[in-house]
Amino acid sequence: MRMSKIVRTMSSILILLVFTFGLYVIMHGHMTPGGGFPGGAIMASGIALLVAAFGSSAIQKTLKERYLAILKSSGLLIFIGLAFAGIGTTFFYNVLVGSPIFGHIPLSGSNPGDVWTGGSSTLMNIAVGIIVSAGLSAIVLVMALASGGMEVEE
Amino acid sequence: MDSLIVQAPILIITIPLLGAFLTPLISRASEKARNIFVVGVLVVVELLVLLLARDIYSNGLRIYTLGASLPDLTIPEGYIVPVRIILEVDGISIFMGVITATVSLAGAVYSLQCMKDETGQDRFYTLLLILVAGMLGLEFTGDLFNMFVFLEILSISGAALAAFRTRFADALEGGFKYIVISAIGALVVLFAVGLLYAQYNLLNIGALAKVMQYGSVDKIALALLIVGFVIKAAGVPLHMWAPDTYAVAPAGTTPMIYVASLVCQYALYRICFSLYGIVLDQVTVGWIVIIIGVLSMFVGVTMAVIQTDIKRLMAYHAISQAGYMFLGVGVGLAVLGDAEALAAYGREAINGGIFHIINNAWYKSLLFLTAEALFLRLGTRDLNKMGGMGRDMKFTSVAFVIGALAISGVPPFNGFTSKWLIYKSVYQFSPILAVIAMLVSIITLASFTKAFESAFTGPRLPEYRDVKEVPKSMLVGMAILVAAIVFFSLFPGLIVDRMISPATDALINQATYVNAIVGSTP
Amino acid sequence: MNQSIPFNVPFLAVAALIGIALYIIIFKRNLIKVVMGIGILASGVNLFLITLGYREGGIIPIYTHAPAGEMVLPVPQALTLTSIVIGVSVMALMLSMIVHTYRHTGTLDSEESRQMKG
Repeated sequence: MRMSKIVRTMSSILILLVFTFGLYVIMHGHMTPGGGFPGGAIMASGIALLVAAFGSSAIQKTLKERYLAILKSSGLLIFIGLAFAGIGTTFFYNVLVGSPIFGHIPLSGSNPGDVWTGGSSTLMNIAVGIIVSAGLSAIVLVMALASGGMEVEE
Repeated sequence: MDSLIVQAPILIITIPLLGAFLTPLISRASEKARNIFVVGVLVVVELLVLLLARDIYSNGLRIYTLGASLPDLTIPEGYIVPVRIILEVDGISIFMGVITATVSLAGAVYSLQCMKDETGQDRFYTLLLILVAGMLGLEFTGDLFNMFVFLEILSISGAALAAFRTRFADALEGGFKYIVISAIGALVVLFAVGLLYAQYNLLNIGALAKVMQYGSVDKIALALLIVGFVIKAAGVPLHMWAPDTYAVAPAGTTPMIYVASLVCQYALYRICFSLYGIVLDQVTVGWIVIIIGVLSMFVGVTMAVIQTDIKRLMAYHAISQAGYMFLGVGVGLAVLGDAEALAAYGREAINGGIFHIINNAWYKSLLFLTAEALFLRLGTRDLNKMGGMGRDMKFTSVAFVIGALAISGVPPFNGFTSKWLIYKSVYQFSPILAVIAMLVSIITLASFTKAFESAFTGPRLPEYRDVKEVPKSMLVGMAILVAAIVFFSLFPGLIVDRMISPATDALINQATYVNAIVGSTP
Repeated sequence: MNQSIPFNVPFLAVAALIGIALYIIIFKRNLIKVVMGIGILASGVNLFLITLGYREGGIIPIYTHAPAGEMVLPVPQALTLTSIVIGVSVMALMLSMIVHTYRHTGTLDSEESRQMKG
């Protein structure tokens, strides 16, 4: 059962808005509500919108499950690499405080938010965003394929 | 070397995690590289655990604060309570760590050849390493919510491993039951953690133990925590998932899922002894644990006698042996407030219970591995269809005999030593419990004699004419556990003095545990 | 916050959700309904965690352009977020197992698709 032309066109346009909003929620996790997991879930729901509009077999031709697995593994390695970076002091020690990469110290109390704060926790937020969006998209894609009766190629 | 021991608690947990994240990428390169990598990671973990154990047995417990400027800075400048996740490794944590690391190494080496012809092997090894990381995390952590997170990690990876062979319909059913019941148990634990946080605004076990008053909300939280962890540790009457799940798990993962339930039993003891400790109503909670133990022993062994599936039979025996551990430690908990009874037989009861944990880990895992070897060669788990394998599978049958004699408490194997400690101390507490325990032991021996005769002796059936011994890596996996059983059987006194007594002291002395965290203000 | 709603209404909602969820898990036979029951149980426990952090008249615990006043507790919100993530992965795992079970046995009833008894 194919979706109509209106649905397919609009979902191709809306996916850009959904992705931008998801990236915004991931990036500003240390200043506003949100962070890695909700932002990643928003991006995965964009992929779910595409799967619902175009059908899982059409999406699977471009977005193979293999690429999502590689993306997820690299996100995981970035996360645990950042955690290991502070092993000279302790695990998860924030080594980027004071350095130019996200290293500003925020003012205490109520303040206008500064994006360049947070140190390695902001980078870990981005890594978690990559992991969650790749992982949940893979789950959505594989389950859509399985319910349609097809097997995922290895 | 010194800084390695200081950083060892977190390295032991995160090296398997790092290995799990690297395994899919290494598998794309070559399969042999991945096998060597997985076994290498587990060997490194084993060496670190043994190094840390030697340090803890000589120097006492060790704490590690994640993300602080010094590893033992639990309360930073200007704060009055600990605010970070703190790992606390004392005698009993490292004891369980030794069990986990060794059984996982044996299981992984066993799986190398056993899973050789399956598809999706990279996911199998990833899940195996995540299961190891989850178990080690649950043992070392000193924070209640962290305990919940690692509990869920080991449930999810254990269930995915149990249902791994999706071509068998019963494997899926076993895995589904495991994940449903584990999810309910873990949500019950989370509810209790929420209750305790609402009362005291603290999540750290040591800090909570210092301010704990035994009000009605705390009693509800204790009851929910006991229910949650008894569900995960397969104590009767919440044991329904265990026979199905242990029967269907593939290759070397059945021992690891079994050790996961032993680790949840350790978490229960950590809650009762270190979180509540002296404010607890010891006689009541002790008797609850004793009754769970007696029910497990009895129900486990009577259901085991009528089974025809060999791994299901072993699973019911695992439930019954867990009853011995509950009985021993429960007697110790019941007399915790009475100083002279504690010195007379309470300490010996806890010694017996904890010694039984490690003995059980060795011989029960060995028995599960031999049953899986039979399944690989014969294609069936039904005892009625087997016969006469003793001539062809010599090493497997010798391993089965050693495991069966050890589990029934036949001297001189290690099962006899721990059961003797339990009988001696429980008899002074209440004679009838000791008599029930001895009766269960005799029925265990009868059940295993029947299983041995069905599988290994008798005439060889014609369809199994050219069955050979199992491949080498599986023999190496079983040999590691046989060596551990032989070592523990030859030197029981040494093991009790050097390994078990520090673990018991760590459980009984709640003050040492608490002072390490909140007593160390700079 | 509307002052006429009594303070206890979210806790009553938690009790109702957990009660309904336990009823579904124990008494319903369809496997997908059992999974839904676990989802509702997870939602009930998550609601409990967030509600225990509420302070009367409190604002959200974010310092960016924060107005003056007492903040609600931020730690239970972090615990709830972790619990939601775990709930998602557990539900995905359970649903994949149900898809495979349906392919093997052709039914979604928990009694008819049962392979192991005793």
